[in-house]
Amino acid sequence: MANLVAIFFGAVFINNFVLSRFLGICPFLGVSKKVDTAVGMGMAVTFVMGLASLVTWLLEYYLLVPFELQYLRTIVFILVIAALVQFVELVIRKISPVLYQALGIFLPLITTNCAVLGVALLNIQLEYNLLEAVVFGVAAAIGFTLALVIMAGIRERLELVYIPKPFRGVSLALILAGILSIAFMGFQGMM
Amino acid sequence: MSIMKEFTKGFVRENPTFRIVLGTCPTLAVTTLAANGLGMGLSTTAVLVASNLFISLLRKAIPDKIRIPAYIIIIATFVTIVDMVLNAFTPDLHSRLGIFIPLIVVNCIILGRAEAFANKNGVVASLADGLGMGLGFTLSLTILGSLRELLSAGTLFGKNVMGAGYEPFMVFGMPTGGFLAYGLVMALLNYVFKKLKLE
Repeated sequence: MANLVAIFFGAVFINNFVLSRFLGICPFLGVSKKVDTAVGMGMAVTFVMGLASLVTWLLEYYLLVPFELQYLRTIVFILVIAALVQFVELVIRKISPVLYQALGIFLPLITTNCAVLGVALLNIQLEYNLLEAVVFGVAAAIGFTLALVIMAGIRERLELVYIPKPFRGVSLALILAGILSIAFMGFQGMM
Repeated sequence: MSIMKEFTKGFVRENPTFRIVLGTCPTLAVTTLAANGLGMGLSTTAVLVASNLFISLLRKAIPDKIRIPAYIIIIATFVTIVDMVLNAFTPDLHSRLGIFIPLIVVNCIILGRAEAFANKNGVVASLADGLGMGLGFTLSLTILGSLRELLSAGTLFGKNVMGAGYEPFMVFGMPTGGFLAYGLVMALLNYVFKKLKLE
């Protein structure tokens, strides 16, 4: 249990996926202009990453390892993630049109979010068991959401401020992310 | 003439790192050393050229509805090949790039070029496009890697160039430094391009 708590806090704060592992930077820069959309994206990613951790772990240890096909890992994982995202999209549309309205536009983007494939590969690399892998996946996604929402909050306020021309847009977002990541470095003393 | 134009656009005008801003994850993650940036750039170039070639060849055979999964399979195949080659010939670089080699699959530059260029254009033009974009990416990563290595350790490709009395900026070797270096170089380039009236 203590182990799971350590994995959870490690993935959310200490090795935050966006600010310290550099995974999922594209949506982090692209979808962080408004807090509402940031929250929506975060929810969709959390759902997909938890599910992807589960499915890819099962595939690795019940399909790839017994048949010694580990060299196909990249291909299998990305295909499964792409299929999973499609499937989740269909299910949500059927079950909850309201949720689909909120998450719908973000779902196709998640296939190319490297955090999803990244978490699946890290689960294998770090040799987590099934429960640890799912906790790690969900925690990593919560860390992603946290960084995204903080960033969106800051960027909403920056809309009203004068910014020198060369820094407008992505350049300033990157420098902001750098400063945020200094703040997150403070968590390293926690463990 | 137009082939040459497809080749050169990736270096400055449509540079994937600083102008279009794609493939940001590997850009930030591996550029702690100049050699890592160069290695990552060349690996991505290899995958990009091969996938552009095959997608362009198969563009009439792949049904429109399933083109994205088809592209992903083609790209993932070449990524696996590059992964194995790097593991066999440069195990040191392979371990330093780590998880970011399989993650070339989801590098948006590659899928972006497939979707925006290779599925509409001929084989030669697609090759030129892939090579130019890939080398533009390599150039940007090497510049960022050199800058961060120089500031954080005083070395360049492992050679000491700043002299013994140099006090390193440790922060540029850390994640924070990656964001800051990328953001500041981009702002500088925005300024330079504005002055040169390139946009």
